[in-house]
Amino acid sequence: MFCEKAIEIIRELHRMGDGQLPAFNEDGIRQVLEEMKALYEQNQSDVNEAKSEGKSELIPTIKFRHCCLLRNQRCIAAYLYDRLLRIRTLRWEYGSVLPTNIRFHMCAEELEWFNQYKKSLATFMRSLGGEEGLDITQDMKPPKSLYIEVRCLKDHGEFEIDDGTIILLKKNSQV
Amino acid sequence: METHSYLPVPPGVGMEENFLSLDDILLSHERLPSRTECTFPRLGFLEKSSDSRDIQEGTKMEMPLFLAKGLYERKRRVVSVELPKVYKEGWRTVFNADPTVVDLHKMGPYYYGLGSQLLHFDSPENPEIAQAVLQTFIGRFRRTMDSSQNAYNEDTSALGIWFHLELKATGQKRND
Repeated sequence: MFCEKAIEIIRELHRMGDGQLPAFNEDGIRQVLEEMKALYEQNQSDVNEAKSEGKSELIPTIKFRHCCLLRNQRCIAAYLYDRLLRIRTLRWEYGSVLPTNIRFHMCAEELEWFNQYKKSLATFMRSLGGEEGLDITQDMKPPKSLYIEVRCLKDHGEFEIDDGTIILLKKNSQV
Repeated sequence: METHSYLPVPPGVGMEENFLSLDDILLSHERLPSRTECTFPRLGFLEKSSDSRDIQEGTKMEMPLFLAKGLYERKRRVVSVELPKVYKEGWRTVFNADPTVVDLHKMGPYYYGLGSQLLHFDSPENPEIAQAVLQTFIGRFRRTMDSSQNAYNEDTSALGIWFHLELKATGQKRND
């Protein structure tokens, strides 16, 4: 049956449900693309024959192959997309420099995508929180304590909070 | 790695599939007992049991769901799909009696998903199939939620009758 290699690469990804990135299955992709080429060429030839010799009985076969072509296309798209989701996760798990063994699992285009993603994320982070930006990849878990220490940026003088306590807000003091 | 940021494309809801969902792709690879309603010339090599050049009309074969869906036409000239046992009247009665005792994993990994997809083939039993799948889920839901909430340090071998997608459906993370 057609599309067996395509489902194999999907299973390979699905097996790693925790988001780890397996090695890029270049050979698998190549085989699926080859099958697609063969199906397409057979269909081209049958369509021409059906049109020129009026052989409408070929139509079910053409539909069959077309179905398998679409299936292969779907599997490749899903494979590549799911890998990108995993690669995106890598930026958040490992930071901007990836361990070499993980980098080897990515193909050239995926590495390029990762670099672009890093850049987009960095640009976004720089646009937050004033001049220095804000590294949102740090401190991803909410704090356990009820209170947080803050540094005062401007002289505000005295400030009364909800429970009645009065605090003095002076520039560069920490409260 | 403790990944909270890997969010794969989830399976589709009801009769819809999500194009990029790995779960849906695996689901639509499941095979269904089918019958060709016309000849498929030049594809005989796919049918191991016959030596013919073509797939003859009336051939019974196990067809993957994606292919059956792609070829099926309401006017039924191309392919017809038979309901797998689990969705037929006999099993539907069992599910109706007590859905919690059935070993769903033995019935195949995609009872709910496949049941929903079967509705595409315009069987006269569609309303009963849809009802059975829905009621089965409702019947099992409470037990599944209880088990997934309280499975910490417990013997989970008894949970063997619940298949993993049910647990996924409850959105619970089991502390195994």
